[in-house]
Amino acid sequence: MKLRFWGVRGSIPSPGEKTVRYGGNTTCIEVRTDDNELIILDGGTGIFPLAQTLLKELPLTAHIFNTHSHWDHIQGLPFFIPIFIPGNTIRLYAAFDPITGAGAERIMNVQLQYSFFPVREAEMKSRFEYVALMPNEAVTVGSAKITPVLLSHPVVNLGYRIDCNGKSIFFTGDHEPHFNIYEPGDEGYEEYQTLIEEQRQGIIEATRGVDVFIADSAYTIEEYPSKKGWGHGTFDSCMQLAKDAGAKILYCTHHEPTRSDDDLEKAFSAALERNADAVSCVDVRLAREGEEIIL
Amino acid sequence: MPESSSELTKKLSVAVEKMPAFPKSVQRILELSREINCPPKELVGVIEKDPVMTMKLLRILNSAYYSFPKQITSVNQSVVFLGLNTIKNMALSFAAMGSLPQHNAAGFDVQKYLLHSLTTASFARALCQKYSHDGTDPADCYIAGLLHDFGKVVFAQFMAEEFKEALTRSAEQNIPLHEAEQQIIGTDHTVVGGMLVERWQFPKQLTDNIRNHHTALPAGNTVYCCLYAANQASKKLGYGFSGNPVVDELPPVVQEYFSGDLDAVIAGLGDVTKIANEAQVFAQVGKEV
Repeated sequence: MKLRFWGVRGSIPSPGEKTVRYGGNTTCIEVRTDDNELIILDGGTGIFPLAQTLLKELPLTAHIFNTHSHWDHIQGLPFFIPIFIPGNTIRLYAAFDPITGAGAERIMNVQLQYSFFPVREAEMKSRFEYVALMPNEAVTVGSAKITPVLLSHPVVNLGYRIDCNGKSIFFTGDHEPHFNIYEPGDEGYEEYQTLIEEQRQGIIEATRGVDVFIADSAYTIEEYPSKKGWGHGTFDSCMQLAKDAGAKILYCTHHEPTRSDDDLEKAFSAALERNADAVSCVDVRLAREGEEIIL
Repeated sequence: MPESSSELTKKLSVAVEKMPAFPKSVQRILELSREINCPPKELVGVIEKDPVMTMKLLRILNSAYYSFPKQITSVNQSVVFLGLNTIKNMALSFAAMGSLPQHNAAGFDVQKYLLHSLTTASFARALCQKYSHDGTDPADCYIAGLLHDFGKVVFAQFMAEEFKEALTRSAEQNIPLHEAEQQIIGTDHTVVGGMLVERWQFPKQLTDNIRNHHTALPAGNTVYCCLYAANQASKKLGYGFSGNPVVDELPPVVQEYFSGDLDAVIAGLGDVTKIANEAQVFAQVGKEV
């Protein structure tokens, strides 16, 4: 398998001289199976430069797995040029949202509306298919098996584990470790704590032994208390999770849009020092736009 | 009853989707959700006291869209699985449907019904905590108590005329309401409540216990015993009213479980003032509603 980061920024695109080294595009990861099948994790703005590279291999079939429906994970989809070209097949996979009662189809029909975009959904010329995913129920793309894992975010978020010929990748999408809504001593604290531990254990089992673990590490531990409940992890929480899962490589991603490259490296170094136990067994890296890794 | 049971379940399931929640919880959800940092504990506290919201929430969570490793029976679990924001927005969407009218065409007092359901739920949980030694989760007893009479509120909303007649006959002849429902509607609230939760893939044990809460079984589990006793205790102590004037004696299997009759169970509950006060506060409609 091969993977390439096309967008590593969280929340909003952040171009400019201070983010030029790690990149300003929002989440998009290209994965190629051993048979060169195309899997795309999220359609943030990074999917636009990816689309440019695909024009030489048309007609294509793209399997786009959406972790969740927040803007920074869907915003590039209307600019994914292959959707407008006949002969291509695009399959968009996503979770069902209990609030709207809709699944993957809503991601496109909300964005491709007259007021917001010049082309309507009905005018996409490719063959566009929607697939509703259920947690823990794997789907197959050629030689790869993709297993959705329910994580914790303000909207339903599926992490994806991709297994292909003995190699594996896991991407969290956005994830904040579960926290107890009760205080110690409150009735319900213990029960809730048990539920949280079950959830964390479930995530560890689902990601056990992956070669590459890509995780949402938006915040530093200093920033986290004022962002609790916003749905993102910290460098530290990601390192500990990757260690517990027995991952070989961890990529920290979803970089804060206001964080300059220098500050990102500083925050990252400080977290590495604090988490020597994790660093001793996991190769921890910062995700960088354009970086490619072959497994 | 004219329709087959599957047709009726389908019709009633659709009806319940449109059913609004109780006034107090609607009011509290709207208040709480105005704060961006909505206090999670309070939000859970409101949802878990409202049978309609609880029912709707668990229906979605246990639906085929999420193949959770286990069936979800508590609001707390739902927060862990789907996150507070999703649960908050789900509660808001329920609240947006308005509130159950205090006066319905059946003349069924939904506030008194709520008080009965809440005290039954809390008593069932307290009994489980005190008497169970088999590891039964007290939360399962709570949910069974909260939802045991759900069929009645469905009748009151969607089969008002027939239900009114049943309420009147039960009162005039001093017969159990479920018997009057059988005579007039051809089914009763235990059957309808059980059918709904079964259709919504709630755990089988909960379905069975809702269905059997007026049946003297030859043998019963902890939830059955706690629910049966809590329901009668709530009626005997006069907390709320869910349309049934008759307090039943406990079946032998339930008496055996508690080593005593209904009075002994009530004595075993100890001081219930706190439980009752809390339920009363919640069941009362705010003036502004």
